[in-house]
Amino acid sequence: MEWMTTKNEPGKTYLMQGNEAIVRGALEAGVHFASSYPGSPSAQVLGIMGRIADQMGFYAEWSTNETTALQACMGASFANARSICVVKQNGLLVQADTIHCGALGGIKGGLVIVTSDDPDAHSSTNEFDSRHMAVTANIPMLEPASVQEAKDMIPYAFELSEKLEQMVLIRVTTRICHGRGGVELGELPEKRPFEPIGKWDRMIGMNWLHSFLLEKLDRAKEEFEHSPFNHYIGKEDAETLIITGGTGMKYALEAIDELKAGDSTGVLSLGTLWPLPEKLIMKHLEKAKKVLIVEEVDPFLEEHIAAIAGKSGLKLKICGRSDILPKIGELNPDVVIKALGEFLGVEEKSCCGSGCPAVESVTIPDRELTFCAGCPHRATFFILKQALRRHKNPGVVFGDIGCYAMAPQRAGQFGVHFMSCMGSGISAASGLGQLTKYGFGQAVVSVCGDSTFFHTVIPGLIAAKMNDANILHIVLDNSATAMTGFQPHPGTGETAMGQTAEKISIKAICEAIGCRVETADPFDVKETMDLIYEMTQESGIKVLILEQPCATLAAKTRKKKKIWVDTDICRSDSCGCDRYCSRVWGCPANIWDFEKGCAAIDEVVCVGCGVCAKLCPAGAIKVEGGDE
Amino acid sequence: MLLNVVICGIGGQGNILASGLMGSALVEKGYKVAVGETYGASQRGGSVMSHLRVSDTRETGVLIPKGKADIVVAFEPVEALRMLRIYGNSDTKVIYDIRPAYPLGVLIGEDKYPDLEDIKKEIEQNSGYSLPLPATEMAVNAGNAKAANIIMMGALAALKEMPIEPEEFFGVLSQNFKGKVLEMNKEVFMVGYNAVKEGGGK
Repeated sequence: MEWMTTKNEPGKTYLMQGNEAIVRGALEAGVHFASSYPGSPSAQVLGIMGRIADQMGFYAEWSTNETTALQACMGASFANARSICVVKQNGLLVQADTIHCGALGGIKGGLVIVTSDDPDAHSSTNEFDSRHMAVTANIPMLEPASVQEAKDMIPYAFELSEKLEQMVLIRVTTRICHGRGGVELGELPEKRPFEPIGKWDRMIGMNWLHSFLLEKLDRAKEEFEHSPFNHYIGKEDAETLIITGGTGMKYALEAIDELKAGDSTGVLSLGTLWPLPEKLIMKHLEKAKKVLIVEEVDPFLEEHIAAIAGKSGLKLKICGRSDILPKIGELNPDVVIKALGEFLGVEEKSCCGSGCPAVESVTIPDRELTFCAGCPHRATFFILKQALRRHKNPGVVFGDIGCYAMAPQRAGQFGVHFMSCMGSGISAASGLGQLTKYGFGQAVVSVCGDSTFFHTVIPGLIAAKMNDANILHIVLDNSATAMTGFQPHPGTGETAMGQTAEKISIKAICEAIGCRVETADPFDVKETMDLIYEMTQESGIKVLILEQPCATLAAKTRKKKKIWVDTDICRSDSCGCDRYCSRVWGCPANIWDFEKGCAAIDEVVCVGCGVCAKLCPAGAIKVEGGDE
Repeated sequence: MLLNVVICGIGGQGNILASGLMGSALVEKGYKVAVGETYGASQRGGSVMSHLRVSDTRETGVLIPKGKADIVVAFEPVEALRMLRIYGNSDTKVIYDIRPAYPLGVLIGEDKYPDLEDIKKEIEQNSGYSLPLPATEMAVNAGNAKAANIIMMGALAALKEMPIEPEEFFGVLSQNFKGKVLEMNKEVFMVGYNAVKEGGGK
């Protein structure tokens, strides 16, 4: 409910999503400039900022990747603008070189990077822990423990950033971004003007600034000894100390409550995670007999706090993610209650007072992710698999990151053999494609989405062309950054702030590189299959652009065709097709009517793409009306 | 007081929006509210779940511990059962839409979707109160299949544990919707509300 983010009602409390609170925090900091590349769980932040930018008098953009986004923020900072860059954990890694070099050179106007980690990988391929980046780049890092703090920390981070002339990292996790909590609004300030760049103003990252980099970090440490974002909760001088980072605080309090351990246990909730406020931490460590550290995901605080204790010659038991808490995955109240019970030697009660459901009489099916009804990717991977089967040796497919990251699963006919990070498919395929000159005998295909193409595929494609790799590269152009929520990209012809932009043509780029380029429609099943077969037989680098808009987008603009099953024609299980529509094609709209024993269409789910009608061997699925 | 409500379903049913609206209405009343949304890439057919935690005194984390849900609101019968098994206890109240959404494994014939009567039976056995509701059908009859989420919020509000009156929910609706959509939402909210009242839910 993004309208809340712009309300000028200081003191009013609204239920805000963490991502909305981050937007509000940026507004309360008087932000001038925002740049991002979409990644879950924080993709909504710049989406909202783009929509409110005009109204609130700042600039917001979607960049082509995370490192271009951060570099743009650094440029704005040079004119003393306050800029914010929002990424997910993978995006922060894409920025690694820029952060390290940028930290060396320092900044002028406040620059805050928000990185959203995804413990348990709810909407990621991994649960990497961003916090290590602050250590290697020597920049200050904060992490909020609540949605309110997610808002409050942003103006604080900007102040700190300007005081130190250094970029500041704020690490959040899915439970903040996709959590909601009451947020009390602060003032919306007047925006300060930009400053001209003087003759001798410099932002240059060179090694002779290394000592200044470390000196800034020392000043941050002093600052953090008194930060309002570090607080102690519970009994003073408790024997058992729990130290938490981020969302760990609420889980720890719930566990103490559940185990009635309040008399012996206190919580030090840390919001300033790098550099750590050593004096504050030591003050509490010295009073404790044992320490449990609750954090997401790696034992980051645990290791650094153990080092602080060790250097001071303090002997005490420090536990956490390396031993009694799970080494991987997301925390939840249950694992923290269990770990604290074990740590205190307290018997854990049964999970509920009145007994859990006892009888499990029904077997319930899993709910596997799949492409949406009418998704062009379903057709693409169906066609690709069939086309590659025509080769004597079946071909190899290199995937990439987007909705089609589901293609290695059933959704994509198990048709993808390799998947790593953004932009990796084309380059890895190019490597394997080289080996075809030395006797490797399988066709090599890579795929990428349209947004991914602009993000990191272009250099890989150029390398493949330069070195004349034998591959077919397929661009799955669905005119959208679909996975993260339809953010504009260079090919969509609009900007984050809703302005029209000149569309950048993927086809023209590929042609300029010197590739043979074809375009086709994945819904033209037979023609596209033949084309893929033909292109995979040709040597050199070829590009096939498969154009068909994302079904979710198309459903909003296209008049839906009516798809129905003629039950007089559908021969049910006696057809010999083995329920081709529902079992092989696997679209969620192709259901089976168990009562009538024949194919059916779920009209609520169907978007009317009509591909199933082309595949039904009996011709029982009919298409009526609608737009092409 | 601490009230734990699990609101679950599958991608695209509007469960995140519904729990946000309900949470906002409770914040307007002065309650401390935490909502945890678990959806990941769920618009691609996966399970979606919101945890709504309401207290007059404490600020809680956004996740409900296992076995601690007071209420489970499910937009799909198998999801009702799945979440009741994890978060429910023998006092938990369950309201669920009876319209099945078949998982991929069922469509391709590798898994079997359980018989609705068997689902009803297990939910009944393992909860304090349960009400199967044809919410999607009711929404279609009211002219918009996508309004089932608001029907379910009406049903939730009718339970005596929920400290919210229809008028208070309408306040939040009118902050977020206008004109015909607002009127339609108010109307379907009352459809769900009355269904529970008549079903003896309060």
